Amino acid sequence: MSAVAAPSARRIAWIRRQRALSRAWGQFRHHTPGMIGLGILVAAVAMALAAPLLADEAGLRAINATDNPTFANPSEFGPLGTDSLGRDVMTQFVWGARTSLLVGLAATFLAMLIGSVVGIVAGFYGGKLGGFLMRITEWFLVIPFLPLAIVLAAILGPSVKNIILVIGITSWPSTARLIRAQVLTLRERDYVDRSRALGGSNWHLMTRHILPNVSPLIVANTTLTVPVVILSEALLSFLGLGDPTNPSWGKMLDDAFETGAVTAEAWWVFVPPGLGILLVALAFTLCGTALEEILDPRLRDKNE
Amino acid sequence: MSARFIGGKVLGSLATLLFVVCFNFFLFRVVETDPVANLYRGHNLTQTQRAKLTEEFGLDKSTGAQFTSYLKQTATLNLGRSYTTNQPVWDEIKDKAGPTIALVGVSAVLSAVFGIMLGVVAAWRRRTKADYSITGFTMATYSMPEFWLGMILLTVFAVALGWFPVGGIEDPSSTATGLAKLPDQAQHMFLPALTLTLAYLGEYAIVMRSSLLETMREDYLVLARAKGLRDVLVRNRHAVPNALLPVVALMAINFGLVLSGAIAIEAIFSWPGLGLATYEALKGPDLPMLQGMFLVFSAAVIFFNLIADLLYGYLDPRVRPS
Repeated sequence: MSAVAAPSARRIAWIRRQRALSRAWGQFRHHTPGMIGLGILVAAVAMALAAPLLADEAGLRAINATDNPTFANPSEFGPLGTDSLGRDVMTQFVWGARTSLLVGLAATFLAMLIGSVVGIVAGFYGGKLGGFLMRITEWFLVIPFLPLAIVLAAILGPSVKNIILVIGITSWPSTARLIRAQVLTLRERDYVDRSRALGGSNWHLMTRHILPNVSPLIVANTTLTVPVVILSEALLSFLGLGDPTNPSWGKMLDDAFETGAVTAEAWWVFVPPGLGILLVALAFTLCGTALEEILDPRLRDKNE
Repeated sequence: MSARFIGGKVLGSLATLLFVVCFNFFLFRVVETDPVANLYRGHNLTQTQRAKLTEEFGLDKSTGAQFTSYLKQTATLNLGRSYTTNQPVWDEIKDKAGPTIALVGVSAVLSAVFGIMLGVVAAWRRRTKADYSITGFTMATYSMPEFWLGMILLTVFAVALGWFPVGGIEDPSSTATGLAKLPDQAQHMFLPALTLTLAYLGEYAIVMRSSLLETMREDYLVLARAKGLRDVLVRNRHAVPNALLPVVALMAINFGLVLSGAIAIEAIFSWPGLGLATYEALKGPDLPMLQGMFLVFSAAVIFFNLIADLLYGYLDPRVRPS
């Protein structure tokens, strides 16, 4: 590529996107609540990734904890004490972060994938296909989430994969509706008409022109969906639908309640996992609100 | 509000309910392999007894025939028998609906009232310490698992301090009847109701705050101030009633949410309602009970969503089709 040749269209788009990204980051950096949320998230993700270094996974199995005292408080054992079976609470907390974050992110990803595809296709094509997709979306919106999730999880059986599936396929409709509304305005823009006139296929229009323009919306919506998903996972686990071999923070709360930690006043067994859920959910909400303020075109247009 | 608007919404809700009823049938067909064996667990059935029961339940018929008889039975509130108690599921539901309606009703009203009050204060004193602490508090309660809050309140106020009973709806040794039971029941209800109230007031506060902030930019508020009205009057007579609009719809929708949230809370405080029954049915699993609970919870949520739609249409003329 010689120095005089004009950069390709793809390169121009790439540079433009990089600039938009660094502009967004510049704004985000000055958003105090957003940065606090990001800080908590970085810490939580680091802990989840470093779990094998921080605590031995064998400590999750009761068979390896027979020598430990049961319901030992933090001053008697380790930093966080032990549970009803003598298992170290710290080990469970560190490994629980992994499962909770994994389920939170994976189920959100699934919900966003379904929601974005349905939203973009319904908005872009409109007509009979769009109407049909929106009817399905409305069905899912009106079926109450929790009873459906409980019943599905009870039927599929407790495992990490099933929890992700159940939450993912019950959490997408509001995203689909949001994206569709945005796509409906985008598809009337001049640049979409121009690209169509130049012979762009529907696939090209959707992936090159519609998707990049709804992606800020998807990003902000994703961040705001994660806390809801993490709380749903906790509730489903508490109701006994969590994976017993990969305990999440919600499953820890279920175990604590089932084994009488409340009557034993063993607060160290259930305060840490609940606090973990609270902090991570709060952090995602803080980041999501900040991103929404920075990225949402409707909020941005109001300021400019 | 036109009859057409109401009729459309009611029909839509009925269609959804019908969809849930059909869905329910096929959903549980996936897991239910042998209802006869499940229902007569521990009984030694002979081959002829088995065949007789299978015929009696209509399990020898085609799926289509089973489906029509399921629809007929559901319409007449025959929801089958619980595996654990062997009582008709509908009777179980009727017995347990009272405590749940009381708990959820009280919590739904209290969370709305306190949430709205906090939201008004936060918006009216925006960017002050009061606003920051209210927003922080509501964000925190909104982000915590409500059953975790219940566990903490139970540990502190019932187990450690002993101020409240650890569970149930009334003192089993009490001899009081009728209205004399109320103080005891109120004491039992305090902690679960407090948990649900705290868990759900956050959303009201957040919505009320942003709605009121929006309203405060309106011209008629400037006019009210220009007329020389006192701050309190501007707030209570002009700003708040208009800002309440989105919150009213939220109330109806949230009623269904609080109902779902009550499943875990009733389990923690052994409150003998539908939530505790669902929790126990899940442990079984007691499939006929779960099926019945799914229908009841779904019907309740659909009903309150309908109320929300109608209320919103009544209060905000812009929603109605002209």
